Amino acid sequence: MELLKFNGITALVLKRVGLGLVTLWVISLLIFVGVEALPGDLAEAVLGQSATPETVAAFRKELKLDMPPHVRYFAWLGAFVKGDFGNSLANQRPVVDLISWRFANSLFLAGVTAMIAVPVAVLLGILAALYRNTLFDRLISMATLSTISFPEFFVAYILIALLSVQVVIFPSISNINEQMSFWQKLYAICLPCLTLAMVVTAHMMRQTRAAIINILSSPFIEMANLKGLRKLRVVVLHAFPNALSPVINVIALNLAYLVVGVVIVEVVFVYPGLGQLLVDSVSKRDIPVVQASGLIFAGTYVMLNLLADVLSIVSNPRLRNPR
Amino acid sequence: MTAPLLEMKNIVIEGLSGESWLPIIKGLDLTLHKGEVLGLIGESGAGKSTFGLASMAYTRQGCRIASGSIRFDGKELFGAPDSELRELRGARIAYVAQSAAASFNPAHRLIRQYAEAPVQHGIMSYAEAEEKAVATYQQLLLPDPENIGYRFPHQVSGGQLQRAMVAMAMSCQPDIIIFDEPTTALDVTTQIEVLAAIKDITRRFNTAAIYITHDLAVVAQLADRIMVLRYGELVEENDAREMLANPRETYTRDLLAVRSFKKGKSDAALKEDVILEINGVTASYTGTENVLEDIDLEIRKGRTVALVGESGSGKSTLARVITGLLPPVQGEVVFKGEALPPALKSRKRKDLQRLQMIYQMPDTALNPRQKIRKVIGRPLAFYFNYSRQQQEKRILELLDQIELPADYIDRYPTELSGGEKQRICIARALAAEPDLIICDEVTSALDQLVAEEILKLLLNLQRKLQVSYLFITHDLATVKAISDEIVVMLNGRIVEKGPKQEILKPPHHEYTDLLLSSVPEMDPDWLDGLLEARAEQENGEKPMMEPAA
Amino acid sequence: MTATFKLLRSSPFSARLGMAMVLITLLAAIFAPVVAPYGETEVAGDVWLPASADHWVGTDNLGRDLFSRLVYGARNTIAIAFLITALSFIVGTMWGFLAATVGGWMDQLLSRIVDILMAFPTLIFALMVLSVVGTSIPALVVVIALLDSTRVYRLSRAVAMDIEVMEFVEAARLRGEGLWWLMRHEILPNAMPPLVAEFGLRFCFVFLFIAALSFLGLGIQPPTADWGSMVRENSGAITFGIFTPLWPAGAIAFLTVGVNLVVDWFLHIASGLED
Repeated sequence: MELLKFNGITALVLKRVGLGLVTLWVISLLIFVGVEALPGDLAEAVLGQSATPETVAAFRKELKLDMPPHVRYFAWLGAFVKGDFGNSLANQRPVVDLISWRFANSLFLAGVTAMIAVPVAVLLGILAALYRNTLFDRLISMATLSTISFPEFFVAYILIALLSVQVVIFPSISNINEQMSFWQKLYAICLPCLTLAMVVTAHMMRQTRAAIINILSSPFIEMANLKGLRKLRVVVLHAFPNALSPVINVIALNLAYLVVGVVIVEVVFVYPGLGQLLVDSVSKRDIPVVQASGLIFAGTYVMLNLLADVLSIVSNPRLRNPR
Repeated sequence: MTAPLLEMKNIVIEGLSGESWLPIIKGLDLTLHKGEVLGLIGESGAGKSTFGLASMAYTRQGCRIASGSIRFDGKELFGAPDSELRELRGARIAYVAQSAAASFNPAHRLIRQYAEAPVQHGIMSYAEAEEKAVATYQQLLLPDPENIGYRFPHQVSGGQLQRAMVAMAMSCQPDIIIFDEPTTALDVTTQIEVLAAIKDITRRFNTAAIYITHDLAVVAQLADRIMVLRYGELVEENDAREMLANPRETYTRDLLAVRSFKKGKSDAALKEDVILEINGVTASYTGTENVLEDIDLEIRKGRTVALVGESGSGKSTLARVITGLLPPVQGEVVFKGEALPPALKSRKRKDLQRLQMIYQMPDTALNPRQKIRKVIGRPLAFYFNYSRQQQEKRILELLDQIELPADYIDRYPTELSGGEKQRICIARALAAEPDLIICDEVTSALDQLVAEEILKLLLNLQRKLQVSYLFITHDLATVKAISDEIVVMLNGRIVEKGPKQEILKPPHHEYTDLLLSSVPEMDPDWLDGLLEARAEQENGEKPMMEPAA
Repeated sequence: MTATFKLLRSSPFSARLGMAMVLITLLAAIFAPVVAPYGETEVAGDVWLPASADHWVGTDNLGRDLFSRLVYGARNTIAIAFLITALSFIVGTMWGFLAATVGGWMDQLLSRIVDILMAFPTLIFALMVLSVVGTSIPALVVVIALLDSTRVYRLSRAVAMDIEVMEFVEAARLRGEGLWWLMRHEILPNAMPPLVAEFGLRFCFVFLFIAALSFLGLGIQPPTADWGSMVRENSGAITFGIFTPLWPAGAIAFLTVGVNLVVDWFLHIASGLED
């Protein structure tokens, strides 16, 4: 019985992890093929009409465009796995040097945001569900509905207007560098962090509220109430273990959203992160950088989604204790 | 006479409908004495559950007790503070819900949920509660009472889970238990076990009970007194035996008279009249496990074959094989001497037209976004290429046949009652002018009196149109009323088949006997008598057998 | 018709507010040439002028009348967002219904493809594709509609699956009806309420998405007036204490809040109808 139990859930998790890996692989393929499918010649597209045939040839050689596609794909993927992302077309520097510290910056911003947003959102979501249809609930739901309707840059510019122009508290440009202490960095990212936190909290809170309300309306909660249990006990012992799975799912999904959401906020606050780099590279059509940063973003997103699914399987009481 | 344990006076309960509150319970009274079992019966929408729950001063979301008085053991519960009600609930008044599967918390083991109320109410320690749980499980004849409590709810079968919930309600030895349709979702043979358990345990501890059900025969076994409710009002209240013997109101009499009609004896069958033959059909959903095993069956023109069995017996699967939704692994379906292609896709329009189906749930069997005109008109256009005018004319004829007014043609199904919807389903089937109609549990979702009307209509139509029915059901009363032949199924095999008179007359096959004897009768002594007879039989056969094994 | 009127009369304040917000924006968009005092690209004064009788909300970074730009911007952005949403719905519901009604390998194949497309963050995907094919309006429309149709596919498949198990669909199958009848007459009418609500939500999403792309300089290109690019063009003003970029950003928020308020109410009554 014990062994069987273990096997059942492990099999599910392994299956999900396998699916995640396949997804990652297909994404790498898509990214490669997508670039491959460029209308016209990449070299001409990048170098422009005026390029001499010699420069075009040199460029093609540099990008190994003269080799067959599948050879190039595996060479690209192999190098990518080893951490060699090639050189930037714009300034010839290794892509890995451009990306690594920026990615760390992006993770720093997203991480700090998550630390604030997750507890606040889950707590507010639970409270709104418990006191649903009260004034508190209505106010919160109006506020979150508005927030999710706002574009991120609108929230960002309002915050700048209020907190860095009207009252000068925080910097409107979040430049951070290696020389800054942790606290200086933290101060610098206050506004982007606040912007992201507001948007993510609104989404997460609404979904948490819905998940909890769904659980609270099930017959076993009515049963618990009719057994004369205290409200706190009903919520903590009866609702919570069953709500865990959907709520974990909500959190992980929103973290995935957060990782992508940084792109716009980074541009607004000129924050030296991966999103900013991606956007710049897209306008410059610096393909190797776009490929690498796109794959990193997609990879992080896939991993978080994977984590959401695995945690949600593990925390589901029915799946944890099979027949 | 001592003061009643529970006295509810002039209770008015309102439900939120859109923006306004409408009364659901319109001023009902109820008294319950110590150790007394009160049956609350009524059809759907009678408000019996709402009223039963109100005895704990509890209402579901969207309902409220507007006025009245609920006195329990000298205390007024209406308007009492939550903390006071909490002390009573679970400890002195307990609740047993209809669906144990949904009412047990999936995250906790059964015994932990058993122990929760007594421990939280400070009646006993967890260890004592565990011990008592095992004893209660034993009394309720649950298998492996020592260990069953350590399972999770989804690891236990439906009937056992229902008994485990009865055990849970007994954990604090309450003064009153409210049973809310506790056997409705169960098969007849399982229902007996749960009924016996309830009867035994309420007697043993002299517990008062309010037993809510729509089934008069069930309540007859348990109740000392019965209240008949309709539309939130009292129809009749009386001593149980007295009410069964001498019902005062027409409504009660109608409820009692349900299924007392019988189809007349049919003529001897002719071999050439056979319209559907099933030869050696074996079917499987997975490819490994057979749901049906070597089924042989014949249906004759103008006759009704009743296919009886409990859930999981494979009777609905057989319908899927006949209609082509599930091609069989082996065997064939022969229609009027021609073998039908096994899969729906390869059947011709003519094959489909001659074989129609009526479903259990009229709500989901009719497209809510199609007017009756389209529902009935589509088969006419599809099979016979009728023009608009021809359709219109025929639809009106059909509406007349199913005894609905002509102006229903422009209504949507959502504007009809359950019974009317089922009539429309019948008309849709008749529109195709079929030779055989498969009726899959067509009356089980309907209230008793409505179901009765539908059965009578089906019989009338058969007489007029000479259509055959394959009647799939778990309800033996229905079988007795309408069938010519009976086929009994168990675990995907046919156990016994033959003309109705033969099957219903002893000697029966062992399983048929179990099925037939498990159907509750209106006789209040039926359950006791049956249990005694079964015990004797068992003792006679195996004198040394342990009761709980 | 009277039923619709009744429904509107019973609508709560928030829904009426939402409808008014959407209506105002739509009217401005439709009658843009009448409403706007200046042309879309007409230079009408100095740079970043404050609000005055001539320029109701001032001028932009090139001295164009901001109010006129806002009105024309409504036209461009809403039209493109609507086009994309409609396209993604046609594609998404067709495939979603097909997956649900045919089932089997068709469902497996479509669902796996969609799983993979959805595993990709939309913004990143769009950025990468646009880096390759360049930013033109047709490219934008096709790319976003395709990406968005995966979401529509998921929902319409789920809704259709719920309807597909109902006996009236089985009854139609047993009658011998073809796929088109099943999808068009049995499933679609019953899938309408959730799909209509989703249309509103998807429209908001697409609208915000285009705004974001334009804001990043990768969407609708100047000098076409568009709310997202207008925020970008004027973003420098904010540090001088000039709030010009807040106008187009606020306009985006205004419309999406309006649509969301209406959708929220619609979802509420749609869920009530099923009871």
